[in-house]
Amino acid sequence: MHMADALLSPSVGGAMWAVSAGAIAWGSARLGRESDDRIAPLMGVLGGFLFAAQMINFSIPGTGSSGHLTGGLLLAILLGPSPAFLTVASVLVVQALFFADGGLLALGCNIFNLGVIPAFIVYPLLYRRLIGPAPGPRREAAVTLFAALCAMQLGALCVVLETTLSGVSELSLVKFLALMLPIHLAIGAVEGAVTLAVVSFLRKARPELLARRAHAEAAPSLKPFLAAALVCALLVAGGISRFASDKPDGLEWSVAGAAGNAEPVALHGVAAYLHALQGKLAWFAEYRMPAGEGVAAQQAGPGVAGVLGTLITLIIVVAVAALLRRMKRGGAAPEA
Amino acid sequence: MASVHGALLDLKRLDRLAGGDTVLHRLDPRAKVLATLIFILCVVSFGRYELSALVPFLFYPAVLIAVGRLPAGYLASRVLLVFPFVVAVGIFNPFLDREVLFRLGGIGVTGGWVSFASIMLRTALTVAAALTLTALTGFVPICRALVGLGMPKVFAMQLLFLYRYLFVLADEGGRAARAREMRSFGGKGRGLASYAPLLGHLLLRTWQRAERTHMAMLARGYNGMLPAAESRRPGLSDLLFVLFWGALLITLRLCNLPRLLGALVTGTLT
Repeated sequence: MHMADALLSPSVGGAMWAVSAGAIAWGSARLGRESDDRIAPLMGVLGGFLFAAQMINFSIPGTGSSGHLTGGLLLAILLGPSPAFLTVASVLVVQALFFADGGLLALGCNIFNLGVIPAFIVYPLLYRRLIGPAPGPRREAAVTLFAALCAMQLGALCVVLETTLSGVSELSLVKFLALMLPIHLAIGAVEGAVTLAVVSFLRKARPELLARRAHAEAAPSLKPFLAAALVCALLVAGGISRFASDKPDGLEWSVAGAAGNAEPVALHGVAAYLHALQGKLAWFAEYRMPAGEGVAAQQAGPGVAGVLGTLITLIIVVAVAALLRRMKRGGAAPEA
Repeated sequence: MASVHGALLDLKRLDRLAGGDTVLHRLDPRAKVLATLIFILCVVSFGRYELSALVPFLFYPAVLIAVGRLPAGYLASRVLLVFPFVVAVGIFNPFLDREVLFRLGGIGVTGGWVSFASIMLRTALTVAAALTLTALTGFVPICRALVGLGMPKVFAMQLLFLYRYLFVLADEGGRAARAREMRSFGGKGRGLASYAPLLGHLLLRTWQRAERTHMAMLARGYNGMLPAAESRRPGLSDLLFVLFWGALLITLRLCNLPRLLGALVTGTLT
């Protein structure tokens, strides 16, 4: 469920970065006030655990596929919201830097989808409310499964919204939702089953670990979230309005392009074509591209020159890289 | 990620690359983080049908890989690992957007294929930039740079702890997974019934390790905060690095180099 940089527009990516950075600052501040200094090494080591656990798969009977733990909800149950969130966020940072899972711009989205949602939204608002003070095994099973399902569905919903708002993918909101939600229903069920199984294992093996959380739990206030959601909405709305205001540009473009084509030159065949192309291209070169995603078809440009130029650029890139490498071998130290 | 051990080996290899000693490795981490951010923002800010203008951005990873003497093949294989999700989302573009944008030797190229290729190229560029940053800088300096750029100290401490124990726990998890693998003939015994206790035991050992670590830290005078690293003033080369790449990338963002070159060549043809 990792988002990728390539599917994001800067406004959406930046907005999600702002929200996630705010959540990290808020969680860090909450954690800084906590008196228990055992939590720091515990979080670090549990991050390592999460990392390892995500790499171990188990086979799902009857389907031939395999699943693994994502862990946001499990950590929230074990540690409480803020430490769980920071742990998941740190794992995502490492994955972004070392495995390029998602990417650096998408990191904000990923931290929100996989960290903020299970730890700060689903756990306090759903799990804590529903589980009650002394849950029986059935109630615990039902609540854990439901919470995991909700976390996954919300995460998938956010992936879809982020992708659609970015406007890079052609998929419509409804189609993408119809694609993502059922898949993540299954993933959520797996996540819930694993979380439940690990929690009940721990309850048998070391019940005091779970009891520790049960009473030391203050209900978190909703205000920071509402504020963050508001900021996010404003930023995204800003992005959309920019997107909308780019459209007239596109129209002007096509009108101007048509006018540029109607050059009164009496040439034939290839020469005529190339000449028209050249006139158009020279004009292209004068024009600075507007920085918007709304300017659609006109930006792709005409075929031949674009392809040629691209090839030349590629050759230059390869040549420069090879040259730099050779200079390096020769012992010279070029300044980059 | 086929196996835990394979992934771990990959991780260690990338980590070791940061130990290199080139001009780029010696730069201030903050300069490299800033340049990478500028690069990624420039790349993703293009319109969705932009293809040719993205190509010159290959300069950045190519030059960094060459000057930093990084193994290009290895990094390329890492970039390929990231593609499946992007392909899964992007592959719908060619089918949904069938408007012909331009013709190339009689074949109409639709907008969908152009935007699909654009997504692929962006993925390659952004992922390559992120991996290059890690390979040239190393994780701990990046954390320090991020603190310098405003990340909370608590979170930085969490990142450093995680980084310290990542290798240990991934090794342990890998051993457990391998042991399970060797006992599960024909795929039996790899279900949830064995998975949950496996994770549970791993979790318990992790927890005990955390308690031991905590005691060891207390014995060494831990007071809730890690000691601050020595801060270095950014030098002239750091400034030059950011200015050079910032100017170049923003110029490439504003004018389409391949189209200019193409115009030049087709211009000389007539």
